[in-house]
Amino acid sequence: MSTFVNDTVNVMSRELKPVWREPMAVVFAMIQPLVFLGLFAPLLPEMATGSALQWFVPGIVAMTALMGASFTGANLMEEMQSGSHERQLVSPLGRPALLVGRALKEVVPMLMQVAIIVAVVTPFSFDLHLPGVLVAALVLSLFSIGVGALSFALALASKGQDWMFWTIQQTLLFPTLLTAGVLLPVDGAPRWLEVVSMLNPMTYVVDATRALFAGAWPADVVLQGVAGAAVVAALGLVVGVRAMRRSS
Amino acid sequence: MTHTTQTGPAIVTRGLTRHFTSHKQTVEAVQGLDLEIGQGELVAFLGPNGAGKSTTLRMLTTLIPPTSGTASVAGHDVVSGQRDVRRAIGFVGQGNGAGHRQLGRDELISQGRAHGLSRADARHRAAELVEDLDLDAVADRKVSTLSGGQRRRLDIAMGLVHLPRVLFLDEPSTGLDPQNRINLQELIQRLHAESGSTVVLTTHYLEEADALAGRVIVVDHGRMIADDTAARLKSRLGDLVRLGFDSATEAARAAARLSRVPDARVDVTVASVDLRVKDGSTLVGGLLADLAADGVPPTRVEVARPTLDDVFLDLTGRSLRETQQSPTDEADTDSARTESEVAA
Repeated sequence: MSTFVNDTVNVMSRELKPVWREPMAVVFAMIQPLVFLGLFAPLLPEMATGSALQWFVPGIVAMTALMGASFTGANLMEEMQSGSHERQLVSPLGRPALLVGRALKEVVPMLMQVAIIVAVVTPFSFDLHLPGVLVAALVLSLFSIGVGALSFALALASKGQDWMFWTIQQTLLFPTLLTAGVLLPVDGAPRWLEVVSMLNPMTYVVDATRALFAGAWPADVVLQGVAGAAVVAALGLVVGVRAMRRSS
Repeated sequence: MTHTTQTGPAIVTRGLTRHFTSHKQTVEAVQGLDLEIGQGELVAFLGPNGAGKSTTLRMLTTLIPPTSGTASVAGHDVVSGQRDVRRAIGFVGQGNGAGHRQLGRDELISQGRAHGLSRADARHRAAELVEDLDLDAVADRKVSTLSGGQRRRLDIAMGLVHLPRVLFLDEPSTGLDPQNRINLQELIQRLHAESGSTVVLTTHYLEEADALAGRVIVVDHGRMIADDTAARLKSRLGDLVRLGFDSATEAARAAARLSRVPDARVDVTVASVDLRVKDGSTLVGGLLADLAADGVPPTRVEVARPTLDDVFLDLTGRSLRETQQSPTDEADTDSARTESEVAA
């Protein structure tokens, strides 16, 4: 067990080195959510419940987490092509640690991005409820670990076929975002869309993030959010470790 | 580390076999390899692309399991003792072991940590290797900015971090220019001499196997077809004495006379005669005098020591050079095969 922990820490700290050295890359990776924030938010009507930004920002935060983590498999694909993945497979590092260490690392850029978004919007019509934001960040961390692990699994499965990674990642990305109610509320949608939304674990993560960012603590919504994120994390880690064990 | 294995052979394989299934066709990449490599040997696997060199190396380094047969490296079975094998070996693959987004020194330290060195020891060892492999100027740069030769040295440094008992190098000189290739050969020989590690490398360069290795294992179509020192492989074949004549008639007469030389093989092509014979370089003086006395003095004389290419041609009927493809072919087919196998 301690070998697993040591190996995981080793893999994670290696993955984090480029993040510390080139922190601007973390900002560039969130250009798309920032564009949505800048161009989409002004179009939203004022809401009875408060400012549009208050409703929209948590969704953008969740979107940033989803995008960052879902792209991360590309880094592994690069290492699979260059040969450094192979070198690690021949080292004594355990296969599960090679996956888990990478997935855990996803938390760090995600937290940096959340901090940036919150810092950007707080001067505007957004009320900062720090305790809620911090708890939401924990939920999103769990979610990022899961999505990151799935992205690595997809990268491993796409060995030698980059197009497969990008096709699947891009195909899943926007339906996941839309049915989770990130950009528009799903309330009042046709029945089939509501069902899809209910089956999307990200829906619960987004709902919990919204509640927590608003400074509200509805126990059921928060717990459902934690559960949604935990389901993604568990699924991601199981699928990811399996894929890593088969990697050669 | 077990001490009982320190005296045994570094590598033993018994009936080592690997099949790949691709489009419902079975490719026998390695077939029934029986091999024993002693500690401290420097061995080259020589063969054309697709001969099974890389597949063999991938089995010995625990990347892929054998279909059948067994292999042990540093005393540990490559299947049941995977982790022990990984601890004992260094591996320099065809690609770059160091991540392109990382700094060279960071990668050396992280590799040391992966092999259980303390933070301080890993740092110290990295500094040692940086100096020893002449990487001072580039160790603190991003790997992607390094030249091919620098990256290769860094890869080798990564493979040496934990002073491995067995070092595997998969086509180490592929993609290097001639000067870097020679530098690399000298480096490998020096490291081998200093460390006493067993070194196993694959190559499709005859010159490289010849210049580097004490022992050459020639593989073709997944089978070992020769296993000897480069010198003995070549002396078995004899020297090539090529004689040119003024006319085909003279060449034919000379050939008839030369066919009486014991243990020689004679081939006539128009006005020239090829004589393949042991110690041809010492016999040639007498042969020339004899032919002149017979009235068919050769107009041109060439004596060539056999190359490993000749050896390959002799063993397989094909020239090694003819069978060369682009250097990455084997790796590509390997991964494509692994792919379909996983899918199956």
